[in-house]
Amino acid sequence: MNPLERYAPLVDDEEAFFAACERPLPSVVRVNTIKTTPERAREALDEEDVGYEPAGWHDEILKLDGRSPGTTWPYFHGWLHGQEEVSALPALAVDPQPGEFVWDACAAPGSKTTQLAAQMDDTGLLVGNDNNLGRLSALRHNAERLGVTNLAVTNQDARNFSLKPFGSDQFGGYRYDGSDSDGDDEPDEAAREAFDRALVDAPCSCEGTVRKNPDVLDQWTLDHVHSVAGIQKGVLRRAIQATKPGGTVVYSTCTFAPEENEAILTHALEEEDCRMVEFDSPLDTVSGVTEWEGEEYHPDVTKAHRVYPHHNDTGGFFCAKLEVTA
Amino acid sequence: MSGEHDGDETGDTPSNSGQQFDRLPATADEREVPGRATREEVVGWWEERFGISPETFDEFTFWEKGKGKIWAFGGDTVDPIRIEGLGMAFLRTRQEHWKPTTNAVQRFGRDATKNVVELSGEAATRFAAGEDQEVEWDGDWGYLLVAHELVGEREPMGVGLYLHGELRSTVPKGRQESLPVLD
Ligand SMILES: C[S@@+](CC[C@H](N)C(=O)[O-])C[C@H]1O[C@@H](n2cnc3c(N)ncnc32)[C@H](O)[C@@H]1O
Repeated sequence: MNPLERYAPLVDDEEAFFAACERPLPSVVRVNTIKTTPERAREALDEEDVGYEPAGWHDEILKLDGRSPGTTWPYFHGWLHGQEEVSALPALAVDPQPGEFVWDACAAPGSKTTQLAAQMDDTGLLVGNDNNLGRLSALRHNAERLGVTNLAVTNQDARNFSLKPFGSDQFGGYRYDGSDSDGDDEPDEAAREAFDRALVDAPCSCEGTVRKNPDVLDQWTLDHVHSVAGIQKGVLRRAIQATKPGGTVVYSTCTFAPEENEAILTHALEEEDCRMVEFDSPLDTVSGVTEWEGEEYHPDVTKAHRVYPHHNDTGGFFCAKLEVTA
Repeated sequence: MSGEHDGDETGDTPSNSGQQFDRLPATADEREVPGRATREEVVGWWEERFGISPETFDEFTFWEKGKGKIWAFGGDTVDPIRIEGLGMAFLRTRQEHWKPTTNAVQRFGRDATKNVVELSGEAATRFAAGEDQEVEWDGDWGYLLVAHELVGEREPMGVGLYLHGELRSTVPKGRQESLPVLD
């Protein structure tokens, strides 16, 4: 059975949903404002006669006609990054500011990390973490090509991420011991205690990427959904703990499964000091669901956004914004 | 991080650690690890070699991890720091001729005023593909900044090694692309 069938009761237009899932995705790039402007990037594509169409809702996102972005000059110069349209949502929800301390908990290969870096004007300290060392090298490669310099790359299990390397005494760590280059015993003034914002772009069953990678459906099992849900809960809880009161935590996946979305938020809302906050989505979305296969979820999960492929001709996606309350 | 100092007490490289990033000393007076480049030397090198003004790097800190490998980080953090990456790999030191990375030149090389080879048309395409080629050049030998014009402005592509009339592209494999010839 096609696992997407289970979501038929959730979608407004079943036929359009299944039809969209069959179509390949358009080739989309994000303009990297660390190295250029949307205007110059468009001019560079014009010089090469590469057709494109701006994504209406954001001047940094361009849909290309056909051609893979890798074979263009602006790509070589790190002016462009191939990134699915819907994948630009979470960083917009995080809305990081220049100078902040920001954590991307599941960062590789770095589409959203590099977008966060650009939003921060490449200042402050952005921590890109992933537990998979091989994927981390892709993250570093992408970040360097795009000219990102505010990124620290870490290789930890995000579920028990420690801020100790950054000089924090919190979360089981201890304050940096002061063996800094000036040799005094004072805590380093560059030490940081907790994040201003965090993004959890969680590992998931990836059904929403079916248009790019139809194999995901063959590999789909309910057991996998349940096991990955355990990881998602752990990472989201850690992100809330490691973010300062008043800070923002964004949770996103590319799956439709409520077990990996609303259920994870419900768990976090019950266990951690946080609340759901509304945010505007530039893409057409529907609200998070409060019931699924006999389970009831926290009423506030309706503030989350579900993106279905037939609504904006994108991949499928889920994105929620939380505020840390204590 | 139990009281180690600059990594010089650990590992089999006595002078430098591949496990952590150490901030470069500001000047030679503050140097504790032999052979380590100083901030002054690094910034001075870019000015001397490419005419890039030192202020360009005011907001950056420089770190060594792995022998001679200098990283540029657009902020500040604790020193030393044991993580996988910090900012961008920037410059290779501890060798006779220092060599900037492709990514550093693309990021910081726009304002270069010297040792810049400008290529156009097919020559630029060949450089981006990693090919070596003969060029007309009567300036310095060694590592040069290679640029071309893109939408009306000079844009750095990477680093070329010029020797005996030949410009070798040092664009790493993973960054080489087969690109159209622009007119
Ligand atoms: C959806 S992908 C992230 C995509 C990335 N944010 C981007 O935009 O390019 C999820 C990532 O989570 C990582 N991951 C899985 N389990 C993890 C864990 N326990 N801690 C940290 N990262 C983990 C995977 O290696 C994978 O790279």
